[in-house]
Amino acid sequence: MLYAILCYNSEDAVGAWTKADDDAVMAKLAVVQGRLAKAGKLGPVARLLPTTAATTLRKSQDPPLVIDGPFAETKEQLLGFYIVDCSALDEALEIARDLGRANPSGAYEIRPLRSFEPGNGFR
Amino acid sequence: MTEPNWIHASLTTARPQAIGALLRYFRDLDTAEEAFQEACLRALRTWPQNGPPRDTAAWLVLVGRNFAIDATRRRKKQQTLPDEGVISDLEDTEAPLAERLDNANYRDDVLRLLFICCHPDLPTTQQIALALRVVCGLSVTQIARAFLVSESAMEQRITRAKSHVAAAEVPFETPGAVERAERFAAVAAMIYLTFSGGYSAGGGADARMPLCDEAIRLARLLLRLFPGEPEMLGLTALLLLQHARAPARFDANGGIVLLEDQDRTLWNHAMIAEGLALIDKAIRHRRAGPYQIQAAIAALHARATRPQDTDWAQIDLLYAALEKLQPSPVVTLNRAVAVAKVRGPEAALAMIEPLGSRLSHYFYFHGVKGGLLSQLGRAAEARTAFGQAIALANTSAEAAHIRMHLDRIERDSSATAARPVDVHRSGLE
Repeated sequence: MLYAILCYNSEDAVGAWTKADDDAVMAKLAVVQGRLAKAGKLGPVARLLPTTAATTLRKSQDPPLVIDGPFAETKEQLLGFYIVDCSALDEALEIARDLGRANPSGAYEIRPLRSFEPGNGFR
Repeated sequence: MTEPNWIHASLTTARPQAIGALLRYFRDLDTAEEAFQEACLRALRTWPQNGPPRDTAAWLVLVGRNFAIDATRRRKKQQTLPDEGVISDLEDTEAPLAERLDNANYRDDVLRLLFICCHPDLPTTQQIALALRVVCGLSVTQIARAFLVSESAMEQRITRAKSHVAAAEVPFETPGAVERAERFAAVAAMIYLTFSGGYSAGGGADARMPLCDEAIRLARLLLRLFPGEPEMLGLTALLLLQHARAPARFDANGGIVLLEDQDRTLWNHAMIAEGLALIDKAIRHRRAGPYQIQAAIAALHARATRPQDTDWAQIDLLYAALEKLQPSPVVTLNRAVAVAKVRGPEAALAMIEPLGSRLSHYFYFHGVKGGLLSQLGRAAEARTAFGQAIALANTSAEAAHIRMHLDRIERDSSATAARPVDVHRSGLE
């Protein structure tokens, strides 16, 4: 079963990390990712730009409204995601725990995928 | 990251909002700062055990406000404070307060706080120092280092600036649209100048470099509060695109590396991606402004994988648009660099000749002029211009860079191989 592991954290807090802090967290996460990739369990991984770079298309009216900013104003923002291949929820949770140990704060939402299109494989 | 580090990071992040709200409540900068300081001390004591509160800023405002009110009472009645266990449980009171501190309030609180620092009577260096101290929470030592003055001199400057703004009586009501736009423009200018202060530094471990990071932090803060304001998108994009080049702007010896000689793989590509995304969003509004145009110019440099891929014709057009919007000899000088690439050094020289009287004390004017003259093979005149540039250099790196041009003229008396001094720095420098 494929799972999305959605990474939430306060982008204010993450944005306040020094470059050294950020690099250290990324290096720890890379170790976890390397392990997953070796086991053939790692799909696409993405880190998103801050929500200030986001644009939202709202279809509540016609033509749809284009709004600067994220879909919802929340205390913690969606900052990135992983797609992983796991036998069951427990395994996906274990991966999230591993990622969590590499990261000082934030939350992970584990969400099974209903369908998955790998796309044309651009990098 | 260690624990004190994340607590410190969340306190720094919450600072502008928390102090802004406390200032609205107490209408006194010193009281607001003191209240925030106390709330931080309390956070450092309790968060390691209890974990961080759901809404950091709201927690700090509430704790800070209770402290300041108690302190006032204590001063009045000389009563002892109840001990910490007796102070009501924050969980109960946090929710309704958090609702009242919604984004609309925060927005004007933070803008007011920044605006107070930009009081027009204060010289810009004091505006920046005050903002760095009050809004960013930098220590006086850090700020003194950034301005290359002694700590006691900076302490005095900040104290004077504070008493000045205290007497200024900035209204605390929610501002109207016009008022808000005026505050916004003043604050944007201050952020821009903060960045310039860091950008003109000598690079590497220069103490002024943190000014760039702080300016970007302030720009992002303001952008989150005004997500659809095209000039705010433009300003943030501009700062990100400029700062992205920082790792390539100086060589190992601290010497200046020209834009066209920079190792573009050293540029910060995450920053460039963010800057390009923001300018893309800004342009969609079709309300051009000076920050957006400068960001668009910086974006053209950032998009060029190799120097020869730079779209100089487009840069020329953008500078022409900037000249119309914000006429200034420095903008024309910058435009001349693009014109030299598109139409040749002769056209560029004709463009900058009339600026001589107004830019006679400007380092870059003489540097550009010298570069153009040496391209045209007018070595003697070029030497004079470069000599004037050296006399006006702001840093030893700038002087060394011009001396390199002079050496090149000496080596190659025909001087046809010399290149113009690099100034297409989007009007920033």
